[in-house]
Amino acid sequence: MTNAMELYQMLPKTNCKKCGKASCMAFAVALMARELTPEDCPPLKEEAKYKENYEKIRGLFKPSEGATETGLIVHEDLCFGCGNCVVACPPNVANDPYGVGSGNAPRNVGKLVLTVEDGIVKAQNLGECRRFGKNKILCNGCIVTCPVEAIEFV
Amino acid sequence: MAEKNYYVCTGCGMLCDDIEVESEKNKVNKVYTACRVGVAHMKDGKESAAFMVDNKPVDEATAIKEAASILKNAKNPLIFGLGTSTSETQKLAIELARKTSATLDDTSSFCLGKVIEALLNNKFKVCTLDDVRNKADVTIFWGADPSDSHPRHLSKHSYFPRGTEKQRGWEEERTAICIDVRKSHTAKICGNYFFQIPPAGDAEFIDALMAALAGKLPKTSYNFPPKRILELANILKGAKFGVVFVGLGLIYSLENLEPLIRLMNALNEKSNFHLVPMVGHYNMRGFNENLFEETGYVNSVKFEEGTVKHGPEYSIVESLKAKAVDAALVIGSDPLSSLPRSISKNLLEIPTIVIDPCETLTSRKAKVCINTAISGVESGGSATRMDGVKVEFKPVIETKRPSDEAVLKKIMEAL
Repeated sequence: MTNAMELYQMLPKTNCKKCGKASCMAFAVALMARELTPEDCPPLKEEAKYKENYEKIRGLFKPSEGATETGLIVHEDLCFGCGNCVVACPPNVANDPYGVGSGNAPRNVGKLVLTVEDGIVKAQNLGECRRFGKNKILCNGCIVTCPVEAIEFV
Repeated sequence: MAEKNYYVCTGCGMLCDDIEVESEKNKVNKVYTACRVGVAHMKDGKESAAFMVDNKPVDEATAIKEAASILKNAKNPLIFGLGTSTSETQKLAIELARKTSATLDDTSSFCLGKVIEALLNNKFKVCTLDDVRNKADVTIFWGADPSDSHPRHLSKHSYFPRGTEKQRGWEEERTAICIDVRKSHTAKICGNYFFQIPPAGDAEFIDALMAALAGKLPKTSYNFPPKRILELANILKGAKFGVVFVGLGLIYSLENLEPLIRLMNALNEKSNFHLVPMVGHYNMRGFNENLFEETGYVNSVKFEEGTVKHGPEYSIVESLKAKAVDAALVIGSDPLSSLPRSISKNLLEIPTIVIDPCETLTSRKAKVCINTAISGVESGGSATRMDGVKVEFKPVIETKRPSDEAVLKKIMEAL
């Protein structure tokens, strides 16, 4: 995935404020955080000279539109269900400290990002994952704890 | 919240007791929380029983009668296996061995038997896996790769979970160290704390580590960087609650346990270290403890006119090599696959009875084969976890297959 700076390079850079943000850079950051969409920048959408960039930016966000906010892939053929990621995942621990946080069976499935089902890890409730949403950070708790590199973010 | 119905997984020596299962019409459909090993184990149940004599299906009574007559006619039958049987079955088997003047052994004679014997004789300071989760700050995996052999070991007990005294998690409060001959999956998780040694280099590494603990320069013939051994010694010295998980890799490489005992004593002078054996079969430790209770030995025994003899010559390997046994009763084990051919081929020359839930190479070559229920999935009982904790379990589903306990009872009646 791209970063805010790369997005900024493709914007009009006129700081026209028509999107409601103070600058094009601020718009780029808002785009990154999925607060706004490319359509929220009128010049980009309407003016012919930005057409190419508009299509490009839309293309960047297209794959993640359908899959809500996912980007997490579990390679099911590699995973053997050790549950390291389930126990190490920070939102999992925060939402279920005495269940998965302590290495036990889940007690609060509705709020867990990762669980093990039939020996393979399953991702769900991605809204809880620290990599997504407004205040996302590049958490890699589930990746570094996997012995077989079965989890990937795209 | 409503109390959930948890089952115990008998897939390995960890006996995870938090498994949820969805089943319908005596078939397991979905297994939650268990690893892939456990799921395969839980889903392996079958409805119908099978009794075979000379690879031809027969009825139960015929198979039992044939098995009893083999044991009756043998002067020195070998009873082997039992690592995947309940403690109740194991006690019956010990009684049966006594009755038939048999040689009795299990897989621990070429596995972790020595370590378990030593710790039953209080040679090591031990702790439970729950202590590990709640207190351990330094864990060493020595010659063991739990990521592959006991997949949930790190996540349920030894590294990742939060415990009562370790609430800030693995990044801040725990150090996992791996000492092995290859970069295993566990070694990958241990990252910079992986110490790769050459095969059979363990005894020397122990000596070097003890020198480093005593403040001397650690030397090895394979020139392991002394700086790294000193770094390791410093971590171990600072441990508040250390655990050494001993795997087969370490035991196979040592001629006897003396270096390990010395190391554990040295560690306990400087800090606080415990030992837990990485038992593979779910109730191998149970067999060792049950036999120890009865006879004072953990494996390789021969019952004879009320006395018990013990020694390496009564292990499965040596007794088959010397052709000292004239029949075999194999319970839940597959020696034809797991032993070297030069030794296991002698098993083909004697009449063999196999009691096993699975079809194995040994069961295919057996004179009598009785297909039993999978204990922990289709029949209940109790077992001893790798750390010595007794765990009771109930069956998940029902089956027409008899449990190995029931079969042994019937064979004993027929005798």
